[in-house]
Amino acid sequence: MRSLSLENTVTSLSHLDGNSLAGPLSQILSVDPTTAWRRCPRCGLTGSLAQLHVYGPEPGLTGRCPGCEALALRLVEQPGHLWLQMGGGQGAFRFPRS
Amino acid sequence: MSNFSPGFHGRTHRFEGRLPPGQYPTESFPVLSAGPTPHVPTEDWSFTVTAEQGRARRWDWEEMMSLPQEEVTVDIHCVTRWSKFDTVWRGVSVDTFLDGVETTADFAVAHGEGGYTTNLPLEDLRGGKAWLVHTYDGFPLSPEHGGPVRLLVPHLYFWKSAKWVTGLSLTLQDEPGFWEAAGYHNYGDPWREQRAWSD
Amino acid sequence: MSAWHSARLVGRREQSRTGRTLLFDVPGWPGHLAGQHVDVRLSADDGYRAVRSYSLAAPARGTGIELGVQTVPGGEVSPYLAHELPVGAEVEVRGPLGGWFVWRPGQEDPVLLVAGGCGIVPLMGMVRSHRLEGSRAPMRLVYSVRDPGQVWYREELTTGTGAAAASRILYTRQAPPGSSRPPGHIGAGDLLPPEGAGRLPVLCFVCGPTGFVEHAAGLLSAAGHAPDRIRTERFG
Repeated sequence: MRSLSLENTVTSLSHLDGNSLAGPLSQILSVDPTTAWRRCPRCGLTGSLAQLHVYGPEPGLTGRCPGCEALALRLVEQPGHLWLQMGGGQGAFRFPRS
Repeated sequence: MSNFSPGFHGRTHRFEGRLPPGQYPTESFPVLSAGPTPHVPTEDWSFTVTAEQGRARRWDWEEMMSLPQEEVTVDIHCVTRWSKFDTVWRGVSVDTFLDGVETTADFAVAHGEGGYTTNLPLEDLRGGKAWLVHTYDGFPLSPEHGGPVRLLVPHLYFWKSAKWVTGLSLTLQDEPGFWEAAGYHNYGDPWREQRAWSD
Repeated sequence: MSAWHSARLVGRREQSRTGRTLLFDVPGWPGHLAGQHVDVRLSADDGYRAVRSYSLAAPARGTGIELGVQTVPGGEVSPYLAHELPVGAEVEVRGPLGGWFVWRPGQEDPVLLVAGGCGIVPLMGMVRSHRLEGSRAPMRLVYSVRDPGQVWYREELTTGTGAAAASRILYTRQAPPGSSRPPGHIGAGDLLPPEGAGRLPVLCFVCGPTGFVEHAAGLLSAAGHAPDRIRTERFG
């Protein structure tokens, strides 16, 4: 993918796919996350993480349901930490980054 | 001393003292998105202030436009490190909306179309420091920049200036918003470089 | 968990005026599947780092990997990789990444690959893997470009065997002289299943700029392909 890469996306209004989450999430997961199956709690659509609509990368990656755009996850990378928030609520996990 | 370009000082000198630490000046106006861009017709737009007891006041587009309008020229600073100087906006001071609202709340949550939220101390929305703006650089604010109406709080990082603003909830407790809950600083002062939660 | 590997640039090839193939040697590279990508990390003297994703364009040759880089005008990373990084110098790569947008040589389903512009890169990885493994799965590539100057892997696609031989290049703005198809955007008639697919369900891979992917995936969906058999990868 991304021969054009994430380079333009700061000024882009369009989204990428959940495929683009593979690298960032590989810092905290031991299996490839893009084939993870998911059911949207809002609209009931099922699919893989790779099919999410991903906005960003700045100020963070926002993954949304391709059916109804409900929040699926937010991922923020900071120098010492990676923050991961699953779903639309407020509680986030903060992971240490090497 | 060169004989060419007398008086030319380049770009950075012009903004000496106006560029917060870790920022660079930009002429462009980058768009950052966390979701699809909503297109809200002005006739469907409204803004609601809800006090902590649940009492709400609501303004539609025409009511908002009939309030006293102000033109402000301010510098804005994005946490992704760009700063833009002398941006010109037109809109209504948040003071005008809060005038007559009975509250003992210390905090506020701004709500944007599509579920975006950001939290601020109520103090930072009062005293001529924040506006609801509908015009940028003489033109109606475009959807990608938060139109028809966005919040403008120029003394904080720009994620606090919620796009597509639809409401303000006044709260007794501080409630982290969309990015604040995901690792960004709770207050976000660019001059103290409050980017991450722990800065 | 994917670690960062050091990767030494061992070769660079021109694909188009703005597109380059970069060959890296990555000691310890574990191998990869067609369609996967890597993250490339650059580090400046002052500690500043930039990370971008690039698709793998070919099966690994030992510890050698091939990436496709399209320069983005004014971009921070791609012009540096495409033009400035000296052969022999190192960057860091993380990968291989992704398990959804991949084609596995053991799969027997008919495959339709739909590339827009430099979206050809991961799909070329599938075409090459298909040939290398001697796969008997019917595979067809439809490749949409603006004009003849933008065609990557031209020689391989026009004189190659296997899936490459079944490829079709479409021009949106300017076609080469003598073309039977007038220039224009990809249409439903351009997206036929590969020969030999019969009535078997086809696995579709679509890669390119967002607008292209939306358009092509829409056409495939309208043609009756099931949503979970249309796998997409968008550029920013």
